[in-house]
Amino acid sequence: MRFLEWLGAWVIARLSEFGTIVLLYRETILELFTKPRVKHILAQMSHLGVDSLLIVSLTLLFTGAVFALQTADILIRFGAQSTVGGIISIAIGRELGPVLVGVVCAGRVGAAITAEISTMKVTEQIDALRVMAVSPVNYLIVPRMLACMMVVPILTVFGDVIGVLGGYLVAVYYSGISSYSYINSIHTFAEVFDLTGGMIKAIFFGNVIAVLGCYYGLHCPAGAEGVGKATTRTVVTSIIVIFILNAVLTFILY
Amino acid sequence: MIRLANVCKVYDGKYALHDVSLTIKKGETLAVIGGSGSGKSTLLQLLVGLIRPDSGEIYIGGQETTHLSEKELDRVRLNMGMVFQYSALFDSMTVGENVAFGLREHKNLSEDEVQRIIREKLALVGLPGVENKMPGELSGGMKKRVGLARAIAIEPEIIFYDEPSSGLDPITTAKIDELIVDMQKKLGVTSVVVTHDMASACRIADRIAMVYEGELIAVDTVTRFQRIEDERVQAFFRTLRPETAERDDQQV
Repeated sequence: MRFLEWLGAWVIARLSEFGTIVLLYRETILELFTKPRVKHILAQMSHLGVDSLLIVSLTLLFTGAVFALQTADILIRFGAQSTVGGIISIAIGRELGPVLVGVVCAGRVGAAITAEISTMKVTEQIDALRVMAVSPVNYLIVPRMLACMMVVPILTVFGDVIGVLGGYLVAVYYSGISSYSYINSIHTFAEVFDLTGGMIKAIFFGNVIAVLGCYYGLHCPAGAEGVGKATTRTVVTSIIVIFILNAVLTFILY
Repeated sequence: MIRLANVCKVYDGKYALHDVSLTIKKGETLAVIGGSGSGKSTLLQLLVGLIRPDSGEIYIGGQETTHLSEKELDRVRLNMGMVFQYSALFDSMTVGENVAFGLREHKNLSEDEVQRIIREKLALVGLPGVENKMPGELSGGMKKRVGLARAIAIEPEIIFYDEPSSGLDPITTAKIDELIVDMQKKLGVTSVVVTHDMASACRIADRIAMVYEGELIAVDTVTRFQRIEDERVQAFFRTLRPETAERDDQQV
């Protein structure tokens, strides 16, 4: 009986949370065109995007390298070394690039957004905005959402290139596949939509990361402990949503 | 200027404020006193529209605000300024940017005019030349004064103060009190000051209102308020140091 009570309370809490996030989305969409803050958007793109370049590069470089390490030997054994570049570029462009960049950004960007907004909430800065007749949604959420929706796809393209380069380094200098064969197989098998499809996914992931980061920041429990909890919830929830959304988008796009 | 009619606010089934009715005249300074958890901060949050009452009405400048949308309420808020308990300065901005925030958001002024207002308001609160400092470089009292400069920058008709003396030493508290009185004299603003500091309330207010366990139990001028024989009111007066009470008596 107690378990059922707990389960019921958990389901109601999650549904209530989902409803609040949907309302926040609605408010954000309505605020999108009321007062464009170009300067804020560019500042957020610089703050959230440029600072993530290194971690995105390292993640995709090693992922591409390991992917080549695992596949090249087997494909050479079956005489299919001319497909290595294509397989790596398709896998990275369609799935690994957007998903890994999404996960990295959930940890790096989402956490930063929540930490900043929840600290503003705890120190009454959000209340100060409201008292000064400035909508926190317009001032804080809209620029972050638009910045993330632009920055995550850009980071994804950048990550894709680095990932394919990582695969190239291992395939050519370790597994012995010729440089021409690697590059030619990319031309042969990969299509532009493998890259653009990944970018479309990344736009959605950027949106999710920003809105969830802002939501948990605005609804963080009081105190320093609350800031920590809110940040953790942003990262965990964003990663879960990114994986679910990725499956849905893969069904739709490919 | 401000009127509350039978305002109630409930949290978790318990009244934070119960049936509060109060009128604040234009140009008046009202101090709202009460112990921790008495409901005085809830009252302030209701006045500025950060929370909505469960019943009752609030009128600001003749406009009923409880049923307004957030956007409509923003228009009313353009006539308000608020000094927060912990200043609530935007820590990613300089002092000057904090003071200019409302101007840049709502007034279409040239940058020269904005800079002139920043210098003027900072000078008014006794902090000339700090516009390029970050809030983190300031002391608690200086932050409160910058908060006040930010609140008066858009020249509001009403200023709300949330615990202006909390966390400050007695000398800085006295300076902040002087500033509050100065604002009333120089700018003619209506002020509502929420405080638990009785000495401070006696120094700055025209009238004092006391909130006790969510109910407004007394509202009167400072002189008459001191003579109220209610034990809950007198308990607050006993917190005054003898010399402060004596001096206030002489002023009366």
